[in-house]
Order: sequence, then C-alpha cells, then structure tokens
Amino acid sequence: MSGHSTYKPTNGFTKWIDSRLPIIRLAHDTAVSYPTPRNLNYWWTFGGILTLCLGIQIITGIVLAMHYIPQTDLAFNSVEHIMRDVNYGWLLRYTHSNGASMFFIAVYVHMFRGLYYGSYKAPREILWILGVLIYLLMMATAFFGYVLPWGQMSFWGATVITNLFSAIPLVGKSVSTWLWGGYAIGDPTLNRFFSLHYLFPFLIAGVVILHIWALHVTGQNNPTGVEPKGDKDTVPFTPFATAKDAFGMSLFLILFAYFVFFNPLGLGDVANSEIANPLKTPAHIVPEWYLLPFYAILRAVPDKLGGVLLMFSAIAVLFVLPWLDTSKVRSARFRPLYKQFFWLHLIVCIGLGWCGAQTPDMVITHVGSIDFTVTYLARILSSYYFIHFIILFPLLGLIEKPKPLPESISASVLGAAKA
Amino acid sequence: MAEIHADEPTRRDFLYVATGAFAAVGAATAVWPLIDQMNPDASVLALASIELDIGAVPVGQEITIKWRGKPVFVRHRSEEEIKAAEAVDISTLRDPQTDDARLMKGPNGELEKQWLILVGICTHLGCIPLAYKGEFNGYLCPCHGSVYDTSGRIRKGPAPLNLEVPPYKFVSDTKVQIG
Repeated sequence: MSGHSTYKPTNGFTKWIDSRLPIIRLAHDTAVSYPTPRNLNYWWTFGGILTLCLGIQIITGIVLAMHYIPQTDLAFNSVEHIMRDVNYGWLLRYTHSNGASMFFIAVYVHMFRGLYYGSYKAPREILWILGVLIYLLMMATAFFGYVLPWGQMSFWGATVITNLFSAIPLVGKSVSTWLWGGYAIGDPTLNRFFSLHYLFPFLIAGVVILHIWALHVTGQNNPTGVEPKGDKDTVPFTPFATAKDAFGMSLFLILFAYFVFFNPLGLGDVANSEIANPLKTPAHIVPEWYLLPFYAILRAVPDKLGGVLLMFSAIAVLFVLPWLDTSKVRSARFRPLYKQFFWLHLIVCIGLGWCGAQTPDMVITHVGSIDFTVTYLARILSSYYFIHFIILFPLLGLIEKPKPLPESISASVLGAAKA
Repeated sequence: MAEIHADEPTRRDFLYVATGAFAAVGAATAVWPLIDQMNPDASVLALASIELDIGAVPVGQEITIKWRGKPVFVRHRSEEEIKAAEAVDISTLRDPQTDDARLMKGPNGELEKQWLILVGICTHLGCIPLAYKGEFNGYLCPCHGSVYDTSGRIRKGPAPLNLEVPPYKFVSDTKVQIG
C-alpha cells in the first residue's frame, strides 16, 4: 500500500487491468512483496488469526441471521430451532458463539504483544489507536450479539449495561429510554440490537482496512524493536509471513475446534439457557469472560457515576498510551524494569477478571478483624491498572537503564545463531 | 479570489458562512428523525397506565405487577415496617426523603401509610431487588448489594437514589391507577 511498487504485469490482460484499476498491484504489494522483518516470532501471527476470526464471525453470522427471529416472544425459540432443526445449525451457532470468545483470546494476545514489544510507540501511534478502536467496536458487537438469544443473562446483562448510561448527569435517564425504545428492555431494544449486531462487524472490517493501511505505511515492529535498515533485515511477506501465519492459524483452529466440538458451553453462562424473565433477576449477574476485568473495575467503586467513569477510563487510557510512554527503547527485551512490570500488569488484568466473576462481598481472607473481600482486592488491582499506565509508563522511561540495542535485526539474528 | 486581500470580511465571505450554516441546520434537521425513531413509539406510550385491585394483598406481603414493561412492587406494610420507616433520621440518608413524601393520599384525603408502591428497579444498574431481604428488611439488590429500607430508600451499597415511586392514585380504597 505504500513505498515503491515492484509489481510487473506479465501478460496483456493484467497490463490492461493494471492501467485501469491496479487492484492486482495493490494485492501484490500488500500481501506478496511487502517486506516483513525477518525475526518476527509467533506472537506476530495473531494479526492474521484475528482476520480469520472476523471472517468466521461474519460468514457464520450471516447464515444464522437467515434463521433467527428478533422478537421477544420468538427469539429464544428460534435459537433452539437453529440448534435442533436447522441443518448443521448447531455447528454454525456453536462456531459463532465460541468464535466470539476465540476472537477475544486472539485480540488480547495481540494487544499484550503490542504492549510487550512497544508496538504502540512512534511512528505507530495511529496504528495503535485504530487497534483500540477495533477493540471497542468488538466489545459493542459482542454485547449486542449476547442479547440476541434472549436468555436470562442476555436480558439482565443488557439491563445492566444500558443502565450504565443512566449515570450521566441530567440526561442519563432519557438516554437509557432512548436506547431501549421503551421504559425497559423489550421488543424495540432487541430489534435495534439485532440491526446493530449485523452492522458493526462491517464497521470493524472498515477500520481493519485502515489498521492494515497504517501498518503498511510504518512497517511492522519486531521483537528487537529496531527498525529494519535494509533488504538484509527483511523477507517478502509471501511466502515467509504467509506460511508462518497459516501455521499459527492452524494451531489456533485446533483450540477453536476443541471448544466447538468438546466444550461448546464451557465459556458461557448456564443462566442463559433459561428464557429471559423481566420480573426475575438471576442471583448472580456476570458478563462474558472477556469483559470481566472491566466489570471488576466498575464494581470496585462505591459510587455509580464514578464506577462508570473509571470503567470507561480503563479503555480510554489505551488511546493516549503512545504519549504516556517516555522510553526511547521499544522492546521489553531491552527494558529490564518494564519487562517485570509488564508481567505484573498481565497478572493484575487476570486478577481483575477473576474478581469480576465472583460475588463482590465474598471474603477471601481475614486481615486481623477485617474481612478482606473481593471488592477490596478489586480496588487494589484497579489502582495498579491505572498506576501502571499513568505513573509507571512515564516514570520507567526516565529512570530505567536499557540494555544495549543490537545494531540491526540481521546482526541480532546472526548473533543469536552464533551464541 | 486569491488575489483579494481585504481586511474587512467581504460580501462573499458572508455568503459562504451563511450557506454553510444553512446547510448545517438542514443536515441536523434531517438527522433528527433518525435519532428520534429510537424513542418510545406511540404503541409503547399507549400502554402507559393500568388499574389494579390491591384489596387481596395481605398485611406483610407484597405483589409484583408489570407496568410499562417494568416491575412495580405493591407492598402492604405492617405497623412495624411503617414505624421503622418513620423512625429514620433523614439527615443520615444518601437521598433524603421522609417516609410520608413517598406515599399517596387515599380517597378520604389521608395518607395510605400501609401501601408502599415502588418501581422495582434498583437505581444502580437496573436489577430487581429482593423484598424482605437485607439489613433493614426492606429490599436487597442481588447484583451489587444495594440495601433499601421499608420505605424503599437507599441505605447502603452503590445505588445513588431511592427506589422510584411511580405516578399513581387511589381510585377507591382498594383500587389504584398506576401511570
């Protein structure tokens, strides 16, 4: 998409095309001749894996929409109809519902890879911001989709999330009513969520194109964080990255298949197998696993508006990450201090996820005469989440003494081979 | 135009701004129906009021009915519950309100203290609180642990406001119209 094109049309037909709509040239420059750093490891295959996930979700989603009915009296039964009567309906639905979880596993690996190797730093700020935007759109899409089967958790999850907006001062209540199209979640809500659930994946696809465009302007980061200095440091995308990506995808699909065929309900909540009942809240409301850390942050704050603001800040802070990090070195390989805090942060995020899944007043341990509950743990972990980005990110770059960087990617690769 | 370097805005500048502003107003007008279509429609608004016989609810019990798609609690309060609700020092409350302010007058013009009618939706994030649970034997929200008293006022937990009192009136001693 950028740089000098090496594509040469070989026959009359491709020459004719190339002088009118150079689409073969675009494909060639993007997916064949595009130079990738020669030292990319398997953590870099998750970009391709995510594209695969998006494709699987769109294809299975389009066919599921041919059988699903977005009407409160019929939605739950239409999903059962898909599971029992529609040919291969069970496969399509389990692929789609587990596909959402797989999509989030891949996106979290992709994001933490970016955090570890400093892929958000100049000149890749816009690339990173587009990525965070995709992540936000993914969460919205997953939320809309989770409402559609109209189970108990669909209904009450939707109630809790839409009520987040009622925390906005003055207009909050009108905003909630507007989102619902009534005075509670009902038919109008289900219908519009279905419409938006169909729309959003295509918005994601649009931003993905921008994301890849930005990637191909700056070039990929790599495990050393040192920019490629010439042809010695790079290999063409095809066959090298293509083959590596394909292998990564194959391994990922094994995990995917395990869930679809052997544990299809393992990642979901059993309460959603019960039809939505607007007059009965389930005893314990939890979101899907991929939203649990944010849910824990929401509940850690004893104030409604404060909790909502902090939860959204947890995502908003990612947008300004490139400017919070003061380190001149990208990769954590050469940042002895940051490397330790990276792992600590990962553990904190997983810990927040655990907190989000528990009841808030569950006692973990006793400290003297005080009951140390999940809420207290969530407060400590939430504090670290923000300290990590807002205090440690600027600070570490100033106090840390990085290890010496390799001269170039090829020097690093050859050095490693000798050692 | 590029060669005109007037210090004063020209008539042409004015026309540009006026045209742009007019187009912006037009665009906003066109967008409004697209936004407003999401608000409650006429069929939803038409279901806004219901009439209900509460005579069969015994003292110390509560029924839940559906109004505008939301649960409404109708609670026949006992003497102790009324006393507990009245005994609270309202300056200690998060959302200060007397018990009387949350009740309605009956057909005889006196407060119907035994009838507490509330929208059964937690003011935190919209779950349905459980009746006769929690520290004050009022309501306890199972989702995030908000505790309400026997007047439906918030006493503990994350919810910011008291349980909402829906608009209602007593049509007779045992009949109320909600909405």
